[in-house]
Amino acid sequence: MGALSFVIVGHVDHGKSTLIGRLLYDTNSLPADKIAEIKKASDDLGRGTEFAYLLDHLEEERKQGITIDTTQVFFKSKVRDYVIIDAPGHVEFVKNMITGASQAEAAVLIVDAEEGVKEQTKRHSYMLAMLGLKQVVVAINKMDLMDYSQEHYEKIKSDVAEWLASIGVEPVVYLPMSAKDGENIASRSDKMAWADCPTFLESLDSLKNISLANEKSLIFPIQDVYKIDDKRINAGRVEAGVMKKGDKIKILPDGQVTTIRSIEKFLEETDEACSSECVGMTTEDSVFLDRGNVVCIAGNEPVLTDTISANIFWMSKKGVKVGDKMTLRCATQGQPCKIESISKRINSSTLEVIALDSDSIENLEVAEVVIKTKKPIAIKDFNEVQELGRFVLVRDDNTCAGGIVTSI
Amino acid sequence: MKDKFDHLDKLESQSVFIIREAYSQYRDVALLWSIGKDSTCLLWLVRKAFFGKIPFPVLHIDTTHKFKEIYDFREKYAKEWDLNLVIAKNEDALARGVGPDTGKFECCNELKTVALKQAIAEYGYKALYLGIRRDEHGIRAKERVFSPRDEDFEWDYKNQPPELWDQYKTKAAEEEHIRVHPILGWREIDIWEYTRRENIPVNSLYFAQDQKRFRSIGCETCCGPVDSQADSIDKIIEELKITKISERSGRAQDKESDYMMQKLRSLGYM
Repeated sequence: MGALSFVIVGHVDHGKSTLIGRLLYDTNSLPADKIAEIKKASDDLGRGTEFAYLLDHLEEERKQGITIDTTQVFFKSKVRDYVIIDAPGHVEFVKNMITGASQAEAAVLIVDAEEGVKEQTKRHSYMLAMLGLKQVVVAINKMDLMDYSQEHYEKIKSDVAEWLASIGVEPVVYLPMSAKDGENIASRSDKMAWADCPTFLESLDSLKNISLANEKSLIFPIQDVYKIDDKRINAGRVEAGVMKKGDKIKILPDGQVTTIRSIEKFLEETDEACSSECVGMTTEDSVFLDRGNVVCIAGNEPVLTDTISANIFWMSKKGVKVGDKMTLRCATQGQPCKIESISKRINSSTLEVIALDSDSIENLEVAEVVIKTKKPIAIKDFNEVQELGRFVLVRDDNTCAGGIVTSI
Repeated sequence: MKDKFDHLDKLESQSVFIIREAYSQYRDVALLWSIGKDSTCLLWLVRKAFFGKIPFPVLHIDTTHKFKEIYDFREKYAKEWDLNLVIAKNEDALARGVGPDTGKFECCNELKTVALKQAIAEYGYKALYLGIRRDEHGIRAKERVFSPRDEDFEWDYKNQPPELWDQYKTKAAEEEHIRVHPILGWREIDIWEYTRRENIPVNSLYFAQDQKRFRSIGCETCCGPVDSQADSIDKIIEELKITKISERSGRAQDKESDYMMQKLRSLGYM
């Protein structure tokens, strides 16, 4: 099986970093000098061995006992390799959590058995749903504080389930555990013999890798054009489908039609490129491609439009108003844009509607908007080709929002 | 088409994508080549991204304390790969006698970080490619793929920009340069497996002689070898599958104090 990346999300102090530390320790993934270093750093701060220090590497993180930024670490089960993405639980660092989650194939939502569903439990799980992360494991942690009570576990589980159902998330599995004591992490827990569910590690091993989009119709956004010797090589990554020498292609937005003369890779002879592969391409006719052009197959084209309905998540302290100038970036396309209308503003934690028909959006809010771009761009349904169904909004060279196209 | 787009193909493709994104945005870029296995692997990926003709300089920050094998390797492949090699030294600090004996923190900071600052000031690079990896050090695990540095070279690790999907940071006016990390997501073992697959040249220091080899190379004065029998890439890969010692255990700057690496990095260290 291929490596799988998953993000761990949840409210602050519900045990994300501790879970990862425990997982690395129990699967024997830690070098001896790392364990010694963690023990020493914990002693220096007058604490028992803090597994969280494996990830919370910044001085401020250790002194304050919190995670500030997202981190990626690697480990291996008997089944496959993993990339674990730790995400901070503090409301201040939501943009770091989103950065982490946007790079994951699956997610673990961790919930403190004592505290239950809290503000960031809700916001993070809502963000997972919005980012299109469909595989979610729900880990109910700190069962040691609840004397490993089945009754208590069932209650928390049903609270979480009720919330997740309301946002359309269907978890792969729910499980009880204690990351601190290592119960139900890598091996079954005697203290929770009642638990009729896999261990945390088994749950991970049951997750599926996202498969390549080879069976879809070709989407090849142009990244750059290099003139090498006498050739104009159009460089890019195949985002969907397969690209072959001899394919009749159409180039958006202008709509020129031509044929692929060659597929170019350094030190390799090839006539084809599969989905996710970075290659160069030359054309039969002398058409001049540019960054942001989207190569597709005629008859199976993305939609070209300058009016985009979308859900966006705003993550900049300075809010935004209708009409503010920004840049929309979708795959390699970039266009000046502005928000034309805001039909709904939503509190991303409580899901309460803050306002209908508003003219501004504030930090950490989700909004249903219509965006107008200067020139048309090529988009696709998010569920069909994610790369053309999602975008970011950039203002003054800073990414301020992520967005998902809702209807085309 | 490949029968199977495997783990190494995915890593290679992602790195090539990042390399091309940065060049497309900045043009005035340089590749920082320490001549170790990681930056040599990165250099290989850069050659692939640009079909063998790298359109920018390859920069070596020379502390003058590097192993002889490093200098030999540099000369040989700079020629063979037709690189536009730029060598930068902090001549002023060297003249003042700054060196490993005058303090490791100062030595690293002056001969690497300050030397890099001088090179950027002289040549005006807007972005630099670096071959750092997340699994090398806990601090590097926190890095973004595109990571801005301000005019004092500081890394504002408490307020890093969001990085969604593959949309990377554009450079703002107040940012001095952007560090680009195309192999951030590679592990040590991935580097070796890819080096084997692609037949990338390897510095002889990495292979065991008299039961010792270097896992990480830099300055001769501050790198210690580890016990090892691995005298081939195959054996190195086998060794990495079972070792319980971390990669940079032989590197002095990681150890002086718990947060030395964080302090060096926040001042602009690589």
